[in-house]
Amino acid sequence: MSELRIEGLRKAFGETVALDGADLAVEEGELVAVLGPSGCGKTTLLRCVAGFERPDGGSITVAGKPIDHLAPQARRIGVVPQEGALFPHLSVGRNVSYGLRGAARSGRVSEVLDLVGLGGYERRMPHELSGGQRQRVALARAMAPRPELILLDEPFSALDAGLRQSLRGQVAAALRTDGATAVLVTHDQDEALSLSGRVAVMRAGRIVQFASPSEVYRSPADSWTASFVGDAVWLEAEVAGGVAATVLGDVGTDAPDGRARLMLRPEQLRLGEGEPNATVAEVEYFGHDALVMLEPMNGERLRARVLGAAPEAGQPVSVTVDGEARAFETA
Amino acid sequence: MPAIVAALVPVAYLAWRTGQAGGSAIAEQLGRPRLIEATGRTLMLAGTVTAACLVIGIATAFLVSRTDLRLRAAVNLSASLPLAVPTYVAAFSWRAAFPGAEGFWISALVLTVSSFPYVHLPVAAALSRSDPALEEQSRSLGEGPWRTFFKVTLRQVAPAAVAGALLCALYVFSDFGAVSILNYRTFTQEIYVAWRLGFDHTGALVLASALVLLTLIVLAGEWAAAAPGRRARRESASSRAPVRLPLGRGRPLVYLGLAVLAVLSLGVPGWSLARWTLDGVSTADPAEVWGATWTSLYLSGAAAILTVALVVPVGLYVARRRGPLAAATERIVYVGYALPGVVIGLSLVFMAINVDWVRERFYQTAPLLVFGYAVLLLPLGMGAVKASAAQASPQLGQVAASLGAGPVRRFATITLPLTAPGIAAGAALVFLTAMKELPATLLLRPSGTETLATRLWTYTDVAAFSAAAPYAALIVVVSAVPIWLLSRRIGRQGP
Repeated sequence: MSELRIEGLRKAFGETVALDGADLAVEEGELVAVLGPSGCGKTTLLRCVAGFERPDGGSITVAGKPIDHLAPQARRIGVVPQEGALFPHLSVGRNVSYGLRGAARSGRVSEVLDLVGLGGYERRMPHELSGGQRQRVALARAMAPRPELILLDEPFSALDAGLRQSLRGQVAAALRTDGATAVLVTHDQDEALSLSGRVAVMRAGRIVQFASPSEVYRSPADSWTASFVGDAVWLEAEVAGGVAATVLGDVGTDAPDGRARLMLRPEQLRLGEGEPNATVAEVEYFGHDALVMLEPMNGERLRARVLGAAPEAGQPVSVTVDGEARAFETA
Repeated sequence: MPAIVAALVPVAYLAWRTGQAGGSAIAEQLGRPRLIEATGRTLMLAGTVTAACLVIGIATAFLVSRTDLRLRAAVNLSASLPLAVPTYVAAFSWRAAFPGAEGFWISALVLTVSSFPYVHLPVAAALSRSDPALEEQSRSLGEGPWRTFFKVTLRQVAPAAVAGALLCALYVFSDFGAVSILNYRTFTQEIYVAWRLGFDHTGALVLASALVLLTLIVLAGEWAAAAPGRRARRESASSRAPVRLPLGRGRPLVYLGLAVLAVLSLGVPGWSLARWTLDGVSTADPAEVWGATWTSLYLSGAAAILTVALVVPVGLYVARRRGPLAAATERIVYVGYALPGVVIGLSLVFMAINVDWVRERFYQTAPLLVFGYAVLLLPLGMGAVKASAAQASPQLGQVAASLGAGPVRRFATITLPLTAPGIAAGAALVFLTAMKELPATLLLRPSGTETLATRLWTYTDVAAFSAAAPYAALIVVVSAVPIWLLSRRIGRQGP
């Protein structure tokens, strides 16, 4: 049985359509990322589920029961907002216990604070915490009453890059340990791909693809998704019997016969010693890897990602393709 | 929305009655030299005071926040303290110190040294918020310190300075006590005199309406100055201390200027008050002083309660909602801000005389006076409630709801604890401001009721300075408290 099921959700603010028939099904204990550019409706989706916005149409069920008619406080859905929104006048302990009733209180408070790595912080006040600590307290507060579902709204966007990465791991681990079902909304591809069991790619108020991170990355549903979830290399090709003829030679593909537009990821292009079919035009060196701009003998420039030693500009190279290419119909 | 009704009643009644007086009567009044002269005198005084306040206020703010002036904290304090002395007390102290001091120049001087903090405080705050990197840029592009000041610094603080200057102008328009003690007839005094002497009150009405129009024109200027886009946003989050300009050889001159300013704004009133109070305490009737204090206390207390009761729902509403309705509501409540006490007093007393229902119940009663205070002070309470409502963002309420808290629990555990300190501060501010209110009190008080302010005014009127002094001293004590609250708040608003 699905924990959360969203069907045909619609919401408009005046002329602006935020949700245009969004569907999503999240299983129990799963962490799903809703990934989309800003303005795609992902935050509206989350606010509808939390009950802060009233959808214009469609249905939301949790554990098989419709929740559309319930006030936010009756939904048992925890929320972790963008900047934590800790109650500034309450200590960490009282923040976390806000949603708890009864005797089990203090035990549960220290349990969830331990889970987010902040055991013993009960007496601190929110203003004494760093940004990352505040986010973790906000997560602990949302988890404490063991809600049906936890919604995270771009929880790392206000933090700097290094902190973001370490916090992601902690948050995912805490949610998993507690067996929580969670939906995370983000516009950050790395975050969505690295953190979640499944990624729902959202565009213009609809979910355009809902699959595992690797599937979304390897075989995106359409060319927009392909470019949105990562760097894409586009090749024109003539397909015959599962083999596409390109400027880089033959490439395996699942496309039907005829003209096609192939999508490859930059790391699928391999530079070798063989017969040169391209020259290196530019190199952007990052240390752990490098982006190499290639100029094929006949065709447009292509981008490749190379691990380790990078070639020099002007050097002729042999480019081969590793793995299969995803094909899209020519536009 | 009782607050909106309360805010609009006096203006609406004034407009209606003025309209009723008929076109010819209005035209006749407008043609009288008295009105034209009053307009001229008021504008001249307001113009002079505002210009002087701008120069002094920007100079002190700049000296305190951008130069290597010593004793900056003391200078800052002495540039805020004059607000603690109500202008009519300052006027009293000058009058008592220099018998025969009256007329335009002394009025301009007293109002300037009393109200330049209205420019100093916002400009100093704007300077401390503005990014010193902009000035460094200008210097590195080859501009000297003075050109940088005029081309960069001044531009950055212009909105704050304009807002402060308009406050000064509004203040001069509405000032009643100081100009009447110093015998310079501006609008407010003409209105009061026309009311006292007139058998037919059309004159007072037309004058009051003209003053409201004048005030609205200035206020429109303030709104235009506050229009979006005019306010420069600080782009970087850098909070480096600014590079302070060395005063160099100008140092002695600067110190001399600041000393003169301090003597004029604080020294003279302080010395004069101390002297006359020592004189007056021995002769004052303690029962009379206690009576006036008690009257002031309970009237102001009632005003604070009524104002907060009116303002809390509106303040919370305006802070939560966006859109034209909320903006309009806020503007309406701020009408009282623009209306001089004389106008509100006049309009209410007129209503009390002419509307049977009001006369039977409220003519010359404390409740009417308290209502007048509330209309006058709604904006003050509103500001406090709005600022504190911002502490309890709607997001916190939503999070609380997601944790299972219903509306009652949310209000009790989140909204109330977060807004209560601000609301209490607003109530205190209203209370203390009502204690020193003069013109509306004079017009609306039940006969025989004497507050600290009316006692001071009456005694000064008959040149009984030593009898007036204890009241002046008590008023200064009362007025110093909100300034202290205000300066603490500004101190906390740092970046």
